[in-house]
Amino acid sequence: MLRIESRGAPSRLFAHASPLIAVAVTLVLCGALFVALGHDPLRGLGLFFIEPFRSVRALGELAIKATPLLLIGLGLALSFRANIWNIGAEGQFIIGAVCGGRVALAATEDTSGAVVVAIAIAGALGGMAWASVTALLRDRFGASEILVSLMLVYVAEQLLGYLVFGPWRDPAGHNFPQTSLFASTTAIPRLVAGSRANLGLPLALGLAGVFWVFLQRSHQGFALEVGGLSRSAARYAGFSSRASIWIACLVSGAMAGLAGAIEVAGPVGQLTPHISMGYGFAAIIVAFVARLSPVGVIFSSLLMSMFYIGGELAQSRLGLPKSLTLVFQGLLLFALLACDTLIHHRVRWVPRQRSVTREPASRAKEPPEPERSRG
Amino acid sequence: MYRLELIDVTKRYPGVTANDGVSLAVLPEEIHAVLGENGAGKSTLMKIIYGMVRPDSGELRWNGAPLEVHGPRAARARGIAMVFQHFSLFESMTVAQNVWLGIDRLGDALECSLDDVRAALRRVADRYGLPLDPERFVHELSVGERQRVEILRALLGDPSLLILDEPTSVLTPQAARALFTTLRELAAAGCSILYVSHKLDEIRELCHSATVLRAGRVVATLDPRRETTASLARLMLGNEPPRVALAPSTPQGAGLVVENLCVESRHAFGVTLRDITFEVNGGEILGVAGVSGNGQGELLAALSGEDAGRGEGCIRLWGEDVTRSGPSLRRRRGLRFVPEERLGRASVPSLGLSKNALLTRQELVSKAGLLRIQALRALTRRLIQHHDIKAPSPDATAGSLSGGNLQKFIVARELDAAPRALIVSQPTWGVDVGASAHIRTQLIALRNAGSALLVVSEDLDELFEICDALVVIARGRLSPRMKREEMSADRIGEWMSGLWPPALGRDGEGTPGATD
Repeated sequence: MLRIESRGAPSRLFAHASPLIAVAVTLVLCGALFVALGHDPLRGLGLFFIEPFRSVRALGELAIKATPLLLIGLGLALSFRANIWNIGAEGQFIIGAVCGGRVALAATEDTSGAVVVAIAIAGALGGMAWASVTALLRDRFGASEILVSLMLVYVAEQLLGYLVFGPWRDPAGHNFPQTSLFASTTAIPRLVAGSRANLGLPLALGLAGVFWVFLQRSHQGFALEVGGLSRSAARYAGFSSRASIWIACLVSGAMAGLAGAIEVAGPVGQLTPHISMGYGFAAIIVAFVARLSPVGVIFSSLLMSMFYIGGELAQSRLGLPKSLTLVFQGLLLFALLACDTLIHHRVRWVPRQRSVTREPASRAKEPPEPERSRG
Repeated sequence: MYRLELIDVTKRYPGVTANDGVSLAVLPEEIHAVLGENGAGKSTLMKIIYGMVRPDSGELRWNGAPLEVHGPRAARARGIAMVFQHFSLFESMTVAQNVWLGIDRLGDALECSLDDVRAALRRVADRYGLPLDPERFVHELSVGERQRVEILRALLGDPSLLILDEPTSVLTPQAARALFTTLRELAAAGCSILYVSHKLDEIRELCHSATVLRAGRVVATLDPRRETTASLARLMLGNEPPRVALAPSTPQGAGLVVENLCVESRHAFGVTLRDITFEVNGGEILGVAGVSGNGQGELLAALSGEDAGRGEGCIRLWGEDVTRSGPSLRRRRGLRFVPEERLGRASVPSLGLSKNALLTRQELVSKAGLLRIQALRALTRRLIQHHDIKAPSPDATAGSLSGGNLQKFIVARELDAAPRALIVSQPTWGVDVGASAHIRTQLIALRNAGSALLVVSEDLDELFEICDALVVIARGRLSPRMKREEMSADRIGEWMSGLWPPALGRDGEGTPGATD
């Protein structure tokens, strides 16, 4: 039978290389998938990994999709480091979009362009408010933030649905469930002509720098990290675990909300029931592939953006379902988890022994509080 | 024929040879000591025997036949069991559940239920005089009781070689004696025992033979019963052990004052503190003796501020009321604390030493809330150099240091801040002779400088060595003060069971017809 056993001292080199190996494994698996679907694997992979870089326009699309992933991924990386599992960024993204959208709907063609700032702030505050419900329930009643934040995603979806089907529906919109188009003054300024990439990208990149400083160089970031690694050490040091919960939830919520506002005021331009393409969930993978590092999130959000674009191209050019994107995301996460497991453990074939029966025997030899490793 | 034989075993790590041509042989029924300072290679050697580390070269023989162990489980299947100095127990589970999880098999049974494990635990506990309720949760257990779980777990597998790493460091003299009885019984029943320790008296009392390691090499194999403590120490250290001296000092006003502190227990099996009243003067070391699990943990958490404001009463620090302050504020007022859990409380295992220094040295944060990385690294380097801590760099993770070195680092981190009051729990638990003397000397130096020190220890010899006065904690209550000239092991042993003379003055004076 196969047995998984600890390697003792895992290789440092491989621990750092793990995300890259995972990407390579994903590529191979995806190539195999194209073959199984009857397509040329090189052409198929080219749609994902070459096409998005072929023109200014394509690069702009890459940036458009990477921006929300980067913003949300940064917030989640911070939250996960603090051991606060906010997995409801999707809901905070939607509420951010709703709040930003409300401001945008109030603007007219005569409004100053500075309304964009108000939209962004409204989005961030909205996401923060939505996440504060999770923080409050966890802080006051010890409710699991995983469950609460996830369930609030569905509440947010219903709320958005109610607004666009009901009170906010465009009267001149032929009964389509969507708001009227925002005034052109609310559009987030674009970076270069011929591409949809907007100011959201440099903002997100700048925030990556801010997050890096916060996590690596600030005392509060250090307190969050210690709280995530060992609660007793944080108590001993005098770091408040309540503060950790609130900071992690509010910051990750604000980032998701900001992403939502930038999405509706940027490429979308109105509220529809489907403003998110699963960015809030994809960003969880983004944060993990980046090893919860703000700099890493820049690269992993780009990768995830390629998956989104590749999926769309595979649909339009090869006639494959767009959900290929989700398959790719799943394969990547799976490959990453497998790589991490195999770096810490090895699989051995051992002949079946009659006397040994209980499988989890080796578990008790592991430390009681599993340490998180990260690069 | 030897039960276990190691021939010329070598294990190198990058930059250090942990074991250099080590040979060692253990007979059946023999209690064999492995003696050495921190970093002498004892742990690596034990890990090789237990299958956790593969040697680079050398041979292991088991009952005369070559031995290959791939992992601890294979070792256990061969009849080799090990009790570690750092325990591996799940805190949220009961004793029985923990043992059940780690069990390979129970006797000849292929499957065993939780009930079987409970019954077996009670049986083994009875047989070896190690009482423990299998239904208690591990997080409620004291360190001493957790060790008991580990020993019981090892004994359940009916081993023919039992490895113990510093087992008595958390036991009272009485409990240690009981453990020795257990070990002697085990040996008489045919089990070989490898006893890793640095407590020379114990080794002379208990062990039949000893292998002395220094810097990865065997420096002697001998019969400890025919050696003196001094000759063993010389072999182990390579020179004379440093001496610790306690000169009389004059008290300098009340430093740490606790009045009528009561803290309700958090858990069903926790200890409720009742009417704790004592004071520690500046220039004085007050020792707290007691069997682990009598309220030491609760008292320390209340004093450090980790449990601030949960109880009633009053805690004053050099005249200032700090009853409601948390750990950071108390630290700023000059009260520092060294807890007994080095990994996971006093330090974060996966973080580097300089980040760990930051845990309690929050003055190294700029006004803007940013870390002063260079200052932090400089501080850490200074601690490493001045206190002879064996660490490759300020970035070495806390988890990579040996127990003694980490403790030196943690104590150095607190002492370097020149605290006006210091609370230390188990200052030298599992720390070798040389490092222990270093730590105790520093504690005394701090006392001589006028600070107030409270030392909680289960090692009576240590308390006798460094304390100006003692109190005993039993079932959440504190005994009157026992002055240095009144201290005796028998008297403390009696007080440990809660039998101190009632209706005394707080100073323990005027004790007509006292207990002894």
